[in-house]
Amino acid sequence: MLSGLLDGIFSGISLGSVLLLAALGLAIVFGLMGVINMAHGELMMLGAYTTYMVQNALKGTPLFGIYIFIALIAAFIVTAIFGLVLERGVIRYLYGRPLETLLATWGVSLILQQLVRSVSWQLVTIVALFCLLFFGAMWIVARRTDFERARGWFLAIMIPLSAAAAIATGNVLGTLYKPAFTKLWFDARNVDVTAPKWLRGGFPIAGTQFSYARIFIIVLTIACVVGVYWFLNNTPWGLRIRAVTQNRTMSACLGIPTKKVDALTFALGSGLAGLAGCAVSLLGSVGPNTGQNYIVDTFMVVVVGGVGKLAGSIIAALAIGTANYLIGSNTLVDLTAPIKPLSDTFAFFSTISMAKVLVFALIIAFLQFRPGGLFPQKGRTVDA
Amino acid sequence: MSYANATLEPTKPDTDLPMLEVKDLNVYYGESHILRNVNMTVFPGKMVCLIGRNGVGKTTMLKTLMGILKPRSGNLKLDGHSIIARTTDQRARLGIGYVPQGREVIPRLTIKENLILGLEALPERPKKQEIPEEIFELFPVLKTMLSRMGGDLSGGQQQQLAIARALMGRPRLLVLDEPTEGIQPSIVLEIEAAVRRIIETTGISVLLVEQHLHFVRQADWYYAMQKGSMVASGPTSQLSNDVIQQFLAV
Repeated sequence: MLSGLLDGIFSGISLGSVLLLAALGLAIVFGLMGVINMAHGELMMLGAYTTYMVQNALKGTPLFGIYIFIALIAAFIVTAIFGLVLERGVIRYLYGRPLETLLATWGVSLILQQLVRSVSWQLVTIVALFCLLFFGAMWIVARRTDFERARGWFLAIMIPLSAAAAIATGNVLGTLYKPAFTKLWFDARNVDVTAPKWLRGGFPIAGTQFSYARIFIIVLTIACVVGVYWFLNNTPWGLRIRAVTQNRTMSACLGIPTKKVDALTFALGSGLAGLAGCAVSLLGSVGPNTGQNYIVDTFMVVVVGGVGKLAGSIIAALAIGTANYLIGSNTLVDLTAPIKPLSDTFAFFSTISMAKVLVFALIIAFLQFRPGGLFPQKGRTVDA
Repeated sequence: MSYANATLEPTKPDTDLPMLEVKDLNVYYGESHILRNVNMTVFPGKMVCLIGRNGVGKTTMLKTLMGILKPRSGNLKLDGHSIIARTTDQRARLGIGYVPQGREVIPRLTIKENLILGLEALPERPKKQEIPEEIFELFPVLKTMLSRMGGDLSGGQQQQLAIARALMGRPRLLVLDEPTEGIQPSIVLEIEAAVRRIIETTGISVLLVEQHLHFVRQADWYYAMQKGSMVASGPTSQLSNDVIQQFLAV
């Protein structure tokens, strides 16, 4: 029974550390900009797919033993770039409009889900060519002084023209190099990441196995939390981010380039989502819907922890992760076996979906007493 | 030779060139017209005071100057260059130090971090982020509480911090919005003395919005506003009791 409890706590902590890793990026983005980024889960998914691609690329090479570290760096960079594009292309036009941001990022999340299902060299070529033609033309034309006046005409002509050229080229290349060029990279099925040899197996303590992969995730989470904490508290950019989080207008009045801070913060938050995705890929197979499984829990962590508080997110993630696992597994049922009604209740909730129901009910009850979360902001000028 | 030089360098800054020039500024909140064709000028090294009753648009004027509000028409020139198209942070880096109404100290940063943020307005960020001794000479109270949170200070201390923070960026124009509002009289005198010393030692221009008569008298020049328009201006030495009765809410 003790080993069962130990195992439950360990698994709960490892689940919590995945949630924390995912919530870390969200907490920074949500805390700083008030942006509810529904695409955060899909950024995790992209990180997981990046891990898969790095694994495939390095298979059979001597680097395969440490591919996971290369994948971590690659996942961070890929998702950070995606986040940057998302911020520059969509979100910056929607600041201060949370509902529109929510809808737009949800749309982006759907696009990203479909993207991994249907991405092929053909699609990549078409999109890249379209961007090259359209933005290239815009860059050339925008230097003319009367561009603003002719903007509507420019868009009306260039969008269909670039799209037609790109699609035509893509289709021609598609028929010329048929199987390789049009083959889907991943398709809709789940893919599997095999952990390197030294991450397989586990560490036996008191009759239970502590899987190395889960220990790795816990260590990774600790490293990320320490890294983010250090970045926010000891670097000039961290100071700027904290200042903008608390008072955007005044920060701008002091000469802080708030737009750069926004872009950087969003890229950082997205990069952390990529790291979380890399960690998730070690726990099970990865599919286009991977992100959906985590996004709700991740938001719960941020809300329960208190917006803009790192310590709150840590405790909330561990609590939610452990509660989820303990209720969902049979651990509590066994523990309370002597008390029949209690054990029956826990048995009723001891499936994964029912455990979520109970945890969310507990969260709702908790928020009635502490609407600001575990660690609400305090002080003389909280609302500033 | 000297004759040729004189004609060849028309852009050389003259001391008579205004530090700040506001021309025909019109600002709206939605459809309500707040500032109506406002004109004003601040010359280098001078202290200019903007007076008027509550709600006539003084703070709106300063917010437009900082770029927090967008004017519908008009122009703003800093040292001869138009800043109307610049963003707020660019304006700060061009040398406008802003101390807003209500201080706006960043609450969950320490005093030291708040002061360090003042360095952001410098065109080039110094390698060593230290707080110059002059700041502590002006506001000795700050030195003793560097590691306390900005939001935990009293109103007067926050005001001193906000002025010190604006000075860290070595501005050319210091903009103060009611620095003595809601502050105990002894601290008001300290702040007044500090502002006077800043002007004497650094020679920067100051644009001040103030209700406190004693402080208004320190300025070189006054502008009086009523219902969004400038209705009177002149040297403060000529500020008669009639004008004060009419424009100051005292």
